[in-house]
Amino acid sequence: MLALVSPALLVILALIVLPVGWLAWQSIYHDGFTLENYRRVFTEDIYWRSFALTFEISLAVTLIALLLGYPVAYLANALPKGWSILVLALVVLPFWTSVLVRAYAWLVLLQRSGVINQLLRHLELISEPLALVHNSFGTVVATVHILLPFMVLPLYATMQKIPNDLMQAGASLGASPSLTFFRVFLPLSLPGVLAGCTMVFVLCLGFYITPELLGGGRTVMVSMLVSRNVELYNQFGAASAVAVVLLAGVLAIFFVVSRFISLDRVLGQK
Amino acid sequence: MTRLSPARILLYVISALVLIYLILPVLIIVPISFSSARFLTFPPPSFSLRWYQQYFSNPAWMQATQVTLTVAVLTVLIATPCGVAAAYAISQSKLRIMRLIHMALLLPLVVPIIITAVGIFFVYAKVGLVATMPGLVLANVMLGLPYVVISVLAGLQSFDPAQEMVARSLGMNRLRSFFAVTLPQIKSSVVAGGIFAFISAMDETIVALFISGGQYQPLTKRMFTALRDEIDPTIAAISTLMTAASFMLVLLASTRQKKGG
Repeated sequence: MLALVSPALLVILALIVLPVGWLAWQSIYHDGFTLENYRRVFTEDIYWRSFALTFEISLAVTLIALLLGYPVAYLANALPKGWSILVLALVVLPFWTSVLVRAYAWLVLLQRSGVINQLLRHLELISEPLALVHNSFGTVVATVHILLPFMVLPLYATMQKIPNDLMQAGASLGASPSLTFFRVFLPLSLPGVLAGCTMVFVLCLGFYITPELLGGGRTVMVSMLVSRNVELYNQFGAASAVAVVLLAGVLAIFFVVSRFISLDRVLGQK
Repeated sequence: MTRLSPARILLYVISALVLIYLILPVLIIVPISFSSARFLTFPPPSFSLRWYQQYFSNPAWMQATQVTLTVAVLTVLIATPCGVAAAYAISQSKLRIMRLIHMALLLPLVVPIIITAVGIFFVYAKVGLVATMPGLVLANVMLGLPYVVISVLAGLQSFDPAQEMVARSLGMNRLRSFFAVTLPQIKSSVVAGGIFAFISAMDETIVALFISGGQYQPLTKRMFTALRDEIDPTIAAISTLMTAASFMLVLLASTRQKKGG
């Protein structure tokens, strides 16, 4: 049996375990052991601001995705089967479109001469085009768009397992629909909320293409620190240290979440 | 369900708006790709195929397309058997270490892709695999493996391993009984896993940005660099074609998966 897993395991060891190990090594070793890279990551302003910004954007994206995703998942769960399949198909459809294609679409929609600005000017709601892209706003709008399915799918999966009887029991005992929702349904859907939020938050922490294309150089997320240190400045040690800190953060989140819900629940959706 | 309370109407309205937000950006690319305008105007002034012509007549785009398709096909051919073998072993073996191995195989989904990309770049630079075809394929095999493993494990869950025991007790060896009894029953999830690996390879951008170069640059890398400079409608044409291809493949994969249970 071990012989059967070995080809796959070899690929994983050679192309993810070894490279990550290499990064970790490179972050602490340069002509001898050094913590200089980490000192810089934790004390220099650019790094600190980028980590803070990444954290803020990820938090905003997660909250917006939850607010937008919950009603959709709720509706998909409440609708009769045919309709709920349609809703889910509409959610999953963009999920299978290339991230690049969607970044392009948002550039088309949000830029100064873009569709939305044209429309708003046509309706005479604005006289000057709004700066909708090449800033954090554009990044958040496009990132929520890309990550929303990761929120809706675990929410829907959890809601489906909530027995309908419980809601009926609540109603028969005289609770109003909203009271039943807040006292019975919402608490039971919390594992799905946790799974969805974890996935969205963690994926957002490492986002690269969307902030690079829609952030306009101003929204420097952590992933961009990593790539710039490699591509522009040849600072391999600094890039590695940033990468290690990011990975440690992600693994810590997964570890904490795994104390509450099974990780299969989080990862199975992808 | 039947009574339309204000809360329910609100639910419908919010959900409809969210669904429009999800779908519209993907659809907006299609009319733009057929527009005659050099710059973005919406609605398009007139219909034209010039951006598609531009794409099909440009040797750089064509070479990139060829690289992408070659990488995706090779990825599927390597990742699918490796993933199936691994999933089979994980589902059959009672060894403790298998759980750990299972988790290791899902690592590409856990580690932020930018970290994987930079890490592979450093390792490839040491062994001379940067800007090579094997390097690109190998990286995509790694990224595609989890999809195959997850899909096949799901397929194996609804398969009764006792059937294979029966085949073996009737004198087949392990390999033959797998191909004669097990594989036909999990075929759908194997195909679905392969299709997901194909799409993943077709769409992969970030690793390619770091490790590909020269003549071996996939479409996504060229698109990314082009998008950094200007919003060229040729990309709308390419995006439309890519989206159509993905959707057809997903449709194929999901009908497969349904049959496979």
